[in-house]
Amino acid sequence: MDQDTPRTLPRLSATFDPHTLSEIRRAASTGIYDIRGAGAKRPLPHFDDLLFLGASISRYPLEGYRERCGTEVVLGSRHASTPLELKIPITIAGMSFGSLSGQAKEALGRGANAAGTSTTTGDGGMTPEEREHSRLLVYQYLPSRYGMNPDDLRRADAIEVVVGQGAKPGGGGMLLGQKINARVARMRDLPEGIDQRSACRHPDWTGPDDLEIKILELREITAWEKPIFVKVGGSRPYYDTALAVKAGADVVVLDGMQGGTAATQNVFIEHVGLPTLACVRPAVQALQELDMHRKVQLVVSGGIRNGADVAKVLALGADAVSIGTAALIAMGDNDPALEGEYRALGTTAGAYDAWHAGRDPAGITTQDPELAARLDPVVAGRRLANYLKVMTLEAQTIARACGKNHLHNLEPEDLVALTVEAAAMARVPLAGTTWVPGTGI
Amino acid sequence: MNTLDLEALGLRAVNGRLHALRPETNERRWRIENPRGAHAIACGLSSPLDVEIAGHVGFYCAGMNQRAEVTVHGHAGVGVAENMMSGVVRVKGNASQSAGATAHGGLLVIEGDASSRCGISMKGIDIVVGGSVGHMSAFMAQSGSLVVCGDAGEALGDSIYEARLYVRGEVESLGADCVEKEMRAEHREALEALLERAGIDADAGDFRRYGSARTLYHFDIDQADAY
Repeated sequence: MDQDTPRTLPRLSATFDPHTLSEIRRAASTGIYDIRGAGAKRPLPHFDDLLFLGASISRYPLEGYRERCGTEVVLGSRHASTPLELKIPITIAGMSFGSLSGQAKEALGRGANAAGTSTTTGDGGMTPEEREHSRLLVYQYLPSRYGMNPDDLRRADAIEVVVGQGAKPGGGGMLLGQKINARVARMRDLPEGIDQRSACRHPDWTGPDDLEIKILELREITAWEKPIFVKVGGSRPYYDTALAVKAGADVVVLDGMQGGTAATQNVFIEHVGLPTLACVRPAVQALQELDMHRKVQLVVSGGIRNGADVAKVLALGADAVSIGTAALIAMGDNDPALEGEYRALGTTAGAYDAWHAGRDPAGITTQDPELAARLDPVVAGRRLANYLKVMTLEAQTIARACGKNHLHNLEPEDLVALTVEAAAMARVPLAGTTWVPGTGI
Repeated sequence: MNTLDLEALGLRAVNGRLHALRPETNERRWRIENPRGAHAIACGLSSPLDVEIAGHVGFYCAGMNQRAEVTVHGHAGVGVAENMMSGVVRVKGNASQSAGATAHGGLLVIEGDASSRCGISMKGIDIVVGGSVGHMSAFMAQSGSLVVCGDAGEALGDSIYEARLYVRGEVESLGADCVEKEMRAEHREALEALLERAGIDADAGDFRRYGSARTLYHFDIDQADAY
């Protein structure tokens, strides 16, 4: 071809993009699917697709620095005699000792304490250090029942029956052998160094009728003191919420697909479940139809990053949010200061998700004593507390601008959507219109 | 012996009364009358009590038991002695599915048959079944012993870890990674002791032993067909 003839630039396929090609090559080379931590990374309709309208002639704002905007929330007031009283509507999601270092678990407790909120155990049981450093600790009741015992049930401040999580609704888990040191193995009653599977179903109940009896048993063992949460992954939020309420839950925890996990197949994380944005309104609708809105509290998690996200979730009708990935970032996970070490692991700061591998240079998702010692629980706890404080201030800023003297007074009417998809999922009007797709409004 | 009428008092009052007893109590012997298949009876006990339940029970009877000896004079529903930590639970009749699920310790004796998933995810408990067990028993069993004096249903010991299984009768099929193992002298002795503790009259020499081949302890793509 003549050198002077204009040529079309080489074009990469949108379907077979470089990431897809690299995964095909990796699969062809290894014969095994990709396992990683964290939640869905693909672009999804999210809370960035919503905007608050703020006050105007028809809405009266509150003075930003002078008028009170409440943030407290009570979780578990339906049946429990000692519900959780939180200063802020942001809780720390369940993450296990085993997937996280002891230092990281301690830091989560310290940060939550300073902010006046709760933290949560994970698959693997409750450690004494975690209990000691967490003023309000939610004890997860998982299918594996690793480390489950009645003494810890009674030591807990609330119990969370985990049916599923957003990163893998319908899936169990696996903690790879390199993170199973002697202590983790002992807590889980399994040999040291083997891959530990976590079941996807509870061993002694199936379905909502059984769950109701299981909740009865847990209440009897704990003298009806502890709030019972039921956590579900975002898949059928309307029905799951209704069934959890029917089964007797005090609190429903709803985790969208951006919610993180310690380890699961990438294909599962990216292709199963609902975006968090799509979960909230169906769940709230179920509560409202059952006359249980604000009586059974709704906690939403999965990709909550800032005070705007908090305010939007609450405006859609939830009572609180829960954070996991963001808390780890606040403590130092994926910090660019560690870029050299992330490069050595074949990744880059911001993309590191091999949380299952136990080689976290930040000392958070590891059981390696030397790596774990890098994380100062006091410093990391303070960072988390700061972050929680900022999120709360941001949410208050928005609420005041909308004329609300409590975060719970935010409402869907305060919101519009930037995209048709977000408008349909959040059931709020497309910005500049009165159109709420999917509702006939 | 103290008597509690569950029908008259209600579940909360009965369990609350038993929970309030301290380990050093002299009121050790209790009888629960009129259980009528109620759920969660005598769950969460933590003192060394001797509790007799006069009739059939529903789900999760003696769940998470610690130290107490609970006897069910009837049949038991789903999850009897689930997550038991210590003590003894004895069912004079049959037990429904998931008996002794995830239990960490103690002894569960089912004098009749047990349904499916007996000993699922067991973590140290000893279970002795006088009759037969249903399918998927000892699924993901981690440690402890399951003794079956009758037959075992399909997929016994699927994905088993370190638990020991002893079966006197026929095994319909073994689950993934579960294999028959040599019954050595130490196993026979342990089994004899277990049968004696359970009060079951059976000859340890008639049993066969099953356990983990340990081929699934580390995920290997070449083992994928096993799942």
